[in-house]
Amino acid sequence: MTVGPTTDPRAAAGVTTPKRRGTELALLGFAVLITLTAQAIVDLTLTGSLTTELATFGVWISALWLVAHLVVRRFAPYADPLLLPCVALLVGLGLAVIHRLDLADRQIDATATREDAPVQLVWATLGVALFVAVLVLLRDHRLLSRFAYTLALVGLVLLAIPAVLPASLSEVNGAKIWIRVAGFSIQPGEFAKICLVVFFAAYLVDKRDVLALASRRVMGLELPRGRDLGPVLVAWMLSILVLVFERDLGSSLLLFGIFVVMLYIATERASWLLIGLALFAGGAFIAYQVFGHVQQRVDAWLDPFAYYDGSGFQVAQSLFGLGTGGLFGAGLGGGRPDQVPIAKSDFIASAVGEELGLFGLVAVIIVYLVLVERGLRTSLIVRDAFGKLLAAGLAFAVAWQVFVVLGGVTGLLPLTGLTTPFLAYGGSSLVANFVLVAVLVRISDAARRPAPAAAPPKPALGDAPTEVVQP
Amino acid sequence: MTAEIVLQIFRFGFLLLLWLFIFAAFRVVRADLFGGRAGRVSSVPPRAAAAPGRRRNRGPKTLVVTAGPLTGTKITLGEQPILIGRADDSTLVLTDDFASSRHARLTNRSGQWYVEDLGSTNGTYLDQQRVQGPLLVSPGQPIRIGQTALELRS
Repeated sequence: MTVGPTTDPRAAAGVTTPKRRGTELALLGFAVLITLTAQAIVDLTLTGSLTTELATFGVWISALWLVAHLVVRRFAPYADPLLLPCVALLVGLGLAVIHRLDLADRQIDATATREDAPVQLVWATLGVALFVAVLVLLRDHRLLSRFAYTLALVGLVLLAIPAVLPASLSEVNGAKIWIRVAGFSIQPGEFAKICLVVFFAAYLVDKRDVLALASRRVMGLELPRGRDLGPVLVAWMLSILVLVFERDLGSSLLLFGIFVVMLYIATERASWLLIGLALFAGGAFIAYQVFGHVQQRVDAWLDPFAYYDGSGFQVAQSLFGLGTGGLFGAGLGGGRPDQVPIAKSDFIASAVGEELGLFGLVAVIIVYLVLVERGLRTSLIVRDAFGKLLAAGLAFAVAWQVFVVLGGVTGLLPLTGLTTPFLAYGGSSLVANFVLVAVLVRISDAARRPAPAAAPPKPALGDAPTEVVQP
Repeated sequence: MTAEIVLQIFRFGFLLLLWLFIFAAFRVVRADLFGGRAGRVSSVPPRAAAAPGRRRNRGPKTLVVTAGPLTGTKITLGEQPILIGRADDSTLVLTDDFASSRHARLTNRSGQWYVEDLGSTNGTYLDQQRVQGPLLVSPGQPIRIGQTALELRS
């Protein structure tokens, strides 16, 4: 690839693009302030006093974001200033809520020593370490497209591992999506998601012309030819396999949704969305007929209170929690979010809704919205097609995941078992999402970076070497 | 246990803090969209605009892609010509089988922009007309290259 941008628009404009690193630092400080306030409120409300651990925690979390900020400043100076603060706020708020649930556990059972918040903090540290590693090692996001097929293989292997492992090593609460080794449990699917988004982006950049142009018009819709349905069918089969062998509705839905939407973005053909929807409806119908666990989830979704003593208990409790929270919530430490089973990971949104109310939950959703908006904006302004698709795919992955999880918690959709990105307790999800944001930061740096200022003058047309014009 | 009033302050104070963060984030989004400092509207052109030699600013300011894979991309116009094609060093890099590697060029001649076809295989179209020699482009007129359509905006 020749590098010699002679007429880059941003150089031509003669405008110095602001880096906005100061804004990022200020917002990060704000996010840390909110995190510490939340922790202090939790401690004061539940125990009546502040602990010394709060100071340690404060120093640790500030150091964490400071390091992340300095690395962005050094290695991605033009990156979007909002990505990191949004992540910092979500992680911090998640830590506070997990800490609050730890305290609730201790109130019920004074002998309980298990604390999840410190573990989550360690995972966050690991996440920031990986964030740094990605930014330092990956200097140009286009490098990723060279490893597209390798990454696809890695993604598929990661997806498949839990399915082939014996249940004792891979099954938690009925879903076979884990690798449990020596006390650690990781969800490889979270990492597979990123690998596959990279692959989809590289693949669709190559093939989108075929997928977009060869079409027939039927009833005002551009329908693709039968043979071009191959890729979408493969993605569909893959997600069905995940559903069958791992019994995980969430990953299956996530995978298929991401592929269909990236296909839509790449080709601008709404017909792909309809085809995806039809395939999804077919798959969902078959899954409902054939698999007991899907049936259970759907029944519990349609009427959680009818199954209150069984499968509907979790959703019903979550709805009670959200109802108790009302508009302004019970205040941090004022509710009983521990009444919902697995409140720390799957149902953390319900804990947020109960203690911070509708206003708090909507605020959290808007922070996600800002994160996604920055991702999509990056996708709009970056100059290469691969970067566009990758940024859009990653941003959509976050949005889709938040939608599916919150839909499950609020009773809009059946429960899926995805985790709320950054907020929920869970190491793999947190670390994987840090990698995702690191890639977004890298792309946004490329998108906002002005071209090198000293552009050599172009040779006059007569002096220029003759060139074979390709069709 | 803490007094009730303090709990209420915590409850609403924290929500306020959360929304202040969102407000701050939105200010950044806004500054990014409209450039410069948010909250300042400059309906009156600055004095400097009247100075000689700066009147060129009244021409089109951006080139916007209105159709094709790159839809939404904006390029700020300056003095330098804008090269469009599949070659990596083009200003606007097209990934389109219908575009040539050096397809077309937009040049600024004293504030007015002209489009030229650089001998492309499939041609460049201004409105419906095939571009043969340099043609004056006025703002809003679509330029078509393969699947891509562009126009100038002031």
